[in-house]
Formats: sequence, C-alpha cells, structure tokens
Amino acid sequence: MSLQHYLIVSSMLFVISMAGIFVNRRNVLVVLMSIELMLLAVNTNLIAFSKYLDDVQGQVFVFFILTVAAAEAAIGLAILVVLFRNKKTLEVKEINELEG
Amino acid sequence: MSPELFQQIIFYVFATFTVGSAMAVVSVKNTIYSALFLVLCFFNTAVLWLLIEAEFLAITLVLVYVGAVMVLFLFVVMMLDVKQAKASQLKQSYTKAALLIAAAMLVELLMLFGYKLSGQIPTNELIRQEQGYSNVAEVGMELFTKYVYPFEIAAVILLVAIVAAIMLTMRKRPGNKQMDASKQININPSERIRVVSMKAEKGQGEDS
Repeated sequence: MSLQHYLIVSSMLFVISMAGIFVNRRNVLVVLMSIELMLLAVNTNLIAFSKYLDDVQGQVFVFFILTVAAAEAAIGLAILVVLFRNKKTLEVKEINELEG
Repeated sequence: MSPELFQQIIFYVFATFTVGSAMAVVSVKNTIYSALFLVLCFFNTAVLWLLIEAEFLAITLVLVYVGAVMVLFLFVVMMLDVKQAKASQLKQSYTKAALLIAAAMLVELLMLFGYKLSGQIPTNELIRQEQGYSNVAEVGMELFTKYVYPFEIAAVILLVAIVAAIMLTMRKRPGNKQMDASKQININPSERIRVVSMKAEKGQGEDS
C-alpha cells in the first residue's frame, strides 16, 4: 500500500458524506453524522500524510481535531435536543422559521 | 503468504467495509441503524489507522468516538423519537443532483491524486519502525513539549462544551418545588404574617 491508497479511501469517504448532506431531507441528526464522517476522512488523510512523510505533527493535529469534534458533537446534540423540545420535529424541511 | 500481501488483503477488506458502512450511514432509513453503521465505520477506520502504525490515534478514535460521541448520538436518537421517513419523501428530494455532484467530485479527486499530483505525492512505502518503537511516546513528546499551549486550550474548549451543553439542555419544570435561597433570606416578617387583633373566644374542645 502506498499513500495513494489512503488518499483514495478518504476521498471516497468525504464524497459519500457530502452526498449524504445533499441527499438527506429527513432529519438533522443524519446531517450531523455526515459531518462526523467528513471529519473522519480528513483525519485519515492527515494521518496518512503524517506517516508517509514521517512527521509526527500531523498526528498531533488529528488529536486536536478529535477533541474539538467531540466538543462540537456535544454542543450540536444539545442544540438538537432544545430544537426538538421547541418545534417537536427534526425534519430539515420543517425548520424554516428564518426563511420568512 | 508474505506479510506485504497479508497487509494488502487486510487493507482492502477493511477499506471496503469502511466505504460500505459509510454508504449505509447516509442511505439507511432508520436513524438508529445509521448511527450503528457509523460505529462500524469508525471501527474499520481505526483498523486502517492501525495498519500504518498510528496506534495511539486508532485507540483514541475507538475510545472517544465509539465510546463517548456515538453513545451520545444513540442516546439522543432514542430519546427524541424521530419519525421514520416515508419513501415518497425521499424520492422528491435532490437525490439525483446530489449523486451527480458527488460523482463529479470523486472523479476530480481521483484524477487529482492519480495524474495531476503524481509527481508530488510521495510514492515511497511506509517506513516501518523497529520493534521497541512507541507511537504513544512519540506523539506524547510532541504534544507536551511543542504543543503544550494548544493542549491547554483544547482542555478549556472541552470545559466550555460541557458548560454549554448543560446550559442548553437544562430547563425548569413547571411544578418544581425547588427552594430559592435568596428569596428565603430576603423575606420581611411583615410579608409573611399578619397580626389581627380579635376577641378571645372559648375553644370548643376545652373545659371552661
């Protein structure tokens, strides 16, 4: 395996999750999951480059990304819970208060 | 079987599982199933990371993501009682346009990695470390010497996330009998009791 293999896998993951955000018209939860997948693809890229270039900084960066992503997931889910309490729905179509 | 071939087989098997479960995440109707497929995807990616000797981050991915974040996801999915999508609702969405855009982007990315950047991307095989090498020690040395300040900031970010999540989801229930200390202390005696002067009366149960 070379670096290319990892790049291809992570680009496929990224594209799949991007398509997931577009396709998804159901609920916001799946959109959040797609974002997590995107972050995973980016992390895979960073780790592959870090290993094949033999530079440990990439892995440190992935560590920070994981930290921030965990915080982001916690706050995002809290916002979702509050949203569901107020609007009784999580469908993307129904959440259009600001549209006017 | 040579070790290189074995590694390649492992890589292809787990890469296939990763991509397949990622597809399942975005296409399965039930939200709980898509969360579980995301867990599977994380596990397979952790194996891929292990294959290039990033052991610390692979374990961190399993512990932090599968152990904490995905449990939180599943908790929220089950708590919120999301209605299942109908098939007709799915069809009228932008599925075709989205697939077209995604396919175009994938082709572009593959072209980029395959042809355009083929001279610039390093093509060497992975430098395998010797036996006593510790990935945790290497990452830890870098983290606690050069990146100790960002490390502290990351801790503060986690604290902010905790406080924000608790503040967002906390609510006062209507029938709550909770005591308010400042109200209790600031009360005046005149607001509490009213002294009414009235004639003494003979009690019913008492002897005269």
